[in-house]
Amino acid sequence: MSQHTEDAPLNITAERQAVVASAGAAPGREWVIVTRGLKREYDMGGEIVRALRGVDLAVRRNEYVAIMGPSGSGKSTFMNIIGCLDTPNEGEYWLNGQLVSTMRDDELARVRNKEIGFVFQTFNLLPRATALANVELPLVYAGVSASERKERAMAALEAVQLGQRVHHRPNELSGGQRQRVAIARALVNRPSILLADEPTGNLDSQTSEEIMRVFEHLADTGQTVIMVTHEPDIAAHARRVVVLRDGQIASDEKREKFTEKLGLSLPQK
Amino acid sequence: MPLIEAVRLALQTLRVQKLKSFFTLAGVCIGVMFLITVVSIIEGMGRYMKDDLVGKIIAINSFELRRQPNINLGDVDQAEWESWRRRPRLYISDLLPVVEALPEGTRWAQESESGVQVVSRYSRPRSTTAIGVDGDWFAIKKLGLRDGREFTAQELRQGENVAIIGPDMVERAFPGMDPIGRELRVGGVPYRVIGITESRGSAFGISFDNFIIAPWRSPIRKLLNPQPQMIDAIVVQADNQQVLTEAKERVRSVMRTRRALRPNQPDNFSMETSESALEFWNKLEGYLVMAGVALPAIGLVVGAIVIMNIMLVAVAERTREIGIRKALGAKRRDILAQFLVESATLSTVGAMIGIGLGIGLAQTIAALTPLPASVAPWSIVLGVLVGGTVGIVSGVYPASRASRLDPIVALRQE
Ligand SMILES: Nc1ncnc2c1ncn2[C@@H]1O[C@H](COP(=O)(O)OP(=O)(O)OP(=O)(O)O)[C@@H](O)[C@H]1O
Ligand SMILES: [Mg+2]
Repeated sequence: MSQHTEDAPLNITAERQAVVASAGAAPGREWVIVTRGLKREYDMGGEIVRALRGVDLAVRRNEYVAIMGPSGSGKSTFMNIIGCLDTPNEGEYWLNGQLVSTMRDDELARVRNKEIGFVFQTFNLLPRATALANVELPLVYAGVSASERKERAMAALEAVQLGQRVHHRPNELSGGQRQRVAIARALVNRPSILLADEPTGNLDSQTSEEIMRVFEHLADTGQTVIMVTHEPDIAAHARRVVVLRDGQIASDEKREKFTEKLGLSLPQK
Repeated sequence: MPLIEAVRLALQTLRVQKLKSFFTLAGVCIGVMFLITVVSIIEGMGRYMKDDLVGKIIAINSFELRRQPNINLGDVDQAEWESWRRRPRLYISDLLPVVEALPEGTRWAQESESGVQVVSRYSRPRSTTAIGVDGDWFAIKKLGLRDGREFTAQELRQGENVAIIGPDMVERAFPGMDPIGRELRVGGVPYRVIGITESRGSAFGISFDNFIIAPWRSPIRKLLNPQPQMIDAIVVQADNQQVLTEAKERVRSVMRTRRALRPNQPDNFSMETSESALEFWNKLEGYLVMAGVALPAIGLVVGAIVIMNIMLVAVAERTREIGIRKALGAKRRDILAQFLVESATLSTVGAMIGIGLGIGLAQTIAALTPLPASVAPWSIVLGVLVGGTVGIVSGVYPASRASRLDPIVALRQE
């Protein structure tokens, strides 16, 4: 066929290809995320910036996916759409079999609250609130009672080894600790997917490894994780690596293939 | 998000940003403070008018037959005043026909008063009010004695030279002495003091205790009116409102007959009750309340504008916080509620401080000036409601701006 086939994502399984190809059809329960022809454009005063130019991706439950790509390739734009913070101009986005791309504001808010846990590069904790209060926030908007909120937030903080720091404010915590508070907050509502946009971008390599161990553990215990990163050795922690280039998927392969290509060794468990 | 949560959040913000909150509160606080103060003073004046001034001058369930109303609170025009001046006077000869016409269950008294000079052997001459009375005057006026005794029926009938003095006269005429049994001269005639009344207090800095009372039939009557047969008023008190109405009608018809008035002519005498005396006050009070509420309202409008601006700044400063909250699942209405509750809480706290200060100010004014003050419970409720309303109204625009923020745009904000 044409040039396009040559550039098409490598190593996509036939099954995935079938899921993303059947436009308009609700994917089965095992597919947490399915996007079909996702496009996002920004109008910069007449000049149209095409941040996403048709992204087809399918993520199965319990997968651990890293998204890589050069700066400006559309990684954050894609994550924001997956995280229901932004909506595509074109294309379909299915989350847990629900068509999200046509949802209105309040429905999106509900999905963000119940289905998605988002971890940001800059942590995005409320500076005046304690770790505990920060972690309780999603539960507040979910309408959980105060006592249950506290209990669940404590448990989430203990799960990231911050049981001793619950009454500290963000500026009394180290970067790694802050990111762990953010992870606890992302997970406290038991979301079906954990999204992380460069979660180690503001951390040194040792703290990054710490955070990666947390992710590793989450993935091992069945949490679906999608993470954006610049660093190949961070990406190597994921089980699957998707590379974006110019708003399109350039490759999508198992991490073994990815590390082999780059000559990286697999991270130690 | 539940309301208590939102209020707690608002109070927390308030605590963290003390100075800014203070300025935010100031407008509402001052507005409510003046509202409470003004309302308290109007209420105090009203209470004073009803309970003290009118209540003391015109006894309950009574009316006073006079040439013209005794209590004029200011709404009398020149023409009306002059028509009163042309009316005939009341004479002692009117008393018997009036008294004979009274139904069962009534009491009567008559009185005349005038400013006089009183001379005692123990002080320089003093100015005071002399009141000549007859009938059940002390009972109707509910004026008790703190010392001595009342006039006997014989003293009243014979017009003996005895006097009962107000508490102010004690020190003024008999410094450091017991006045009972001592002598006072009024118009060159000696009177023996036989009693001292209880205090009737004061209002607007004017004492009600500076007077001397004597039987009207005593020589004092020559000093009270241009002619000694004239009297100022016949006071009629009834056991209840019904008897009072009946008595009023009978007295009216007796007087109209005596004055030979034709049916189409108006009364040329006045029959004043405490209600009729208060009519004008009630009208005036309405205007005062309007003015008293309109002035602080300007303060509240200013307060509302300040709060709106502060809230707009707060929304701008906390854009990222709003983004974070939205990313975590806050709906539009959660953000809207958060900022509305915040501005309402802010404003209500301001209002409550204003209520406290207003009560304090009203008490201070009452203590330092002759103006009375009485805090009306409804004005406190009004103050709180006004505070909340101002907060909500001024918070609507900033809060709706906050709630419409796009989450990623908000998150990108530094
Ligand atoms: N709000 C915006 N307005 C205009 N253009 C935007 C906006 N957000 C992103 N873009 C553009 O869209 C493209 C993709 O941006 P995006 O942030 O998704 O890239 P990225 O892959 O996350 O890059 P990085 O690795 O630097 O974070 C870029 O060209 C960027 O300039
Ligand atoms: Mg990015």
